[in-house]
Amino acid sequence: MAVLSRGDDSPQTPPAHEGAARPPVPPRPRRHGGAPRASGLSFRAFQCWLTVYRRIWRSSIWSSVLGPLFYLGALGIGLGTLVDKRGTAGLGGVSYLAFVAPAILASGAMNTAMGEASYPVFGSVKWNKIYIAAQASPLRPGDISRGHLMFMTMRIAMNAALVTAYMWALGATTSPWVVLAWPAATLTGLAFAAPIAAWAVTVRTENNFAYMFRFGMMPLMLFSGTFFPLSQLPAWLRVLAYATPLWQGVSLCRMLSLGHLDVPVALVNVAYLSVLAAAGIWAGARTYRRRLYV
Amino acid sequence: MSSATLRMLPPAGRLKRLQRAGGDVSSLRLVERHARVYRHAWLVFASGIFEPLFYLLSVGLGLGVLVGKVPGPGGHPVPYREFVAPGLLAVSSMNGAMYDSTFNIFFRLKYAKLYDAILATPMSPAQVALGEIGWALLRGTIYAAAFMLVMLGMGLVHSPWAVLDVPVAVLIGFAFAALGMTGTTYMKSWQDFDYVLLASMPLFLFSATFYPLGVYPRPVQVIVECTPLYQGVVLLRDLTVGVVGPDLLWRAAYLAILGLVGLWVAGRRLARLLLV
Repeated sequence: MAVLSRGDDSPQTPPAHEGAARPPVPPRPRRHGGAPRASGLSFRAFQCWLTVYRRIWRSSIWSSVLGPLFYLGALGIGLGTLVDKRGTAGLGGVSYLAFVAPAILASGAMNTAMGEASYPVFGSVKWNKIYIAAQASPLRPGDISRGHLMFMTMRIAMNAALVTAYMWALGATTSPWVVLAWPAATLTGLAFAAPIAAWAVTVRTENNFAYMFRFGMMPLMLFSGTFFPLSQLPAWLRVLAYATPLWQGVSLCRMLSLGHLDVPVALVNVAYLSVLAAAGIWAGARTYRRRLYV
Repeated sequence: MSSATLRMLPPAGRLKRLQRAGGDVSSLRLVERHARVYRHAWLVFASGIFEPLFYLLSVGLGLGVLVGKVPGPGGHPVPYREFVAPGLLAVSSMNGAMYDSTFNIFFRLKYAKLYDAILATPMSPAQVALGEIGWALLRGTIYAAAFMLVMLGMGLVHSPWAVLDVPVAVLIGFAFAALGMTGTTYMKSWQDFDYVLLASMPLFLFSATFYPLGVYPRPVQVIVECTPLYQGVVLLRDLTVGVVGPDLLWRAAYLAILGLVGLWVAGRRLARLLLV
């Protein structure tokens, strides 16, 4: 595959000398992702996003670092004083801070995922045309999609790591299992990012994202067992809430953070989120091809 | 007309200048322009009503049960739903005005070049600023009125003073639209918008919106009392519950002065940016 070496900046093979035996081809210098195989190409696309991020990371650092701290402080500690005063039997006997912190972790991962998978994906086709540039390189549609998803996963994991650290520092968690809440939140984020990115690339106007945030993100954030237990909802709404991906993520993060792990439930949560993520990755390769090439 | 009446009228030139300075009519053109643009995205416009509705429902169904009663205005305990609803109205007025006056105005200023086009007409930068804020207020009024209807429907309003909620919500919108617009004229790229979020998020969370001020230690209380959103929250909460005192007047004056100063600075800054 001759085209594959095009994006590689390894030195050209020196021209063969007249009459002399060809010098042995030097091994390809293994930089970054190694040989540009299929997975390596996705990694190249990821590196492009890293290069961009190195220039713009300041644009989100303050809200990434301080945002979750504000939420934990206002809801967990501020509102928590009111809730705890009234009694926490409805929360399973834990403080409101311990109850709400894993939900802030999971819904924060969802928010990052939705932010990174909507306007940036759309903008890569319409505004700054990063995808159009990538299209002119040996990258295949699946590589462009997966490379961008790797970057989104990195951003989700970065923010989730911060929230997990805050939870530990504020005493919102008492279980060592909380270290697993970090990958759990990242998986939750990916379960949103992959399908949304696969859809966002097909969208024709950015108004669709305003609807997604208003009618998707807001109700999910408010009614997925995040700020109050689902047992308070009417039965029909509760069934709906159990079916949402955010509830799966909240449930998983909360069990790990509180240390009451119910293994069958956790397995269902992980399976649900993994299937959603895998379906999104699969669909992404197809919708990207349709939008960028055909 | 008799010659006496004619002599009483100001000279034609000055009259024209007065009309232009009044600016109301020209500023309305900008409001009309935005209304026409939003006809193509009316659902985006209408969907803004749903956001506070979701919040109210979530509080009513969930948090209200967890929290029970809290000390409201004047120290009387009120159900949590009634405590938090006016706060949410204040927050939605602030957020609506802030987003409209930062993201949208930045886009129009830098990318759509709308104001460059407008200044080729007889409109002046001050009129552009006034028109933009007028549009933000119109939008805010519609949202606030819809929110009030929901509050009435949920039985969260008990005082006749609550008729003043909509004008106060618009006043909050005015103050934040003017502030946001002033801030936008100092912004260089989209990256600066992180600061908008950085300002609006703590205001939203810490301005005694979700719990009474008494939760904080005294030094923090003083800081919170100085913020504009806190004044708005207190205004709306006192009016809705019906505990009204003269302090509400200076709280409203604080917001009005903030808005007027912001408007004045924003007009001057726009003139400089657009090289008038």
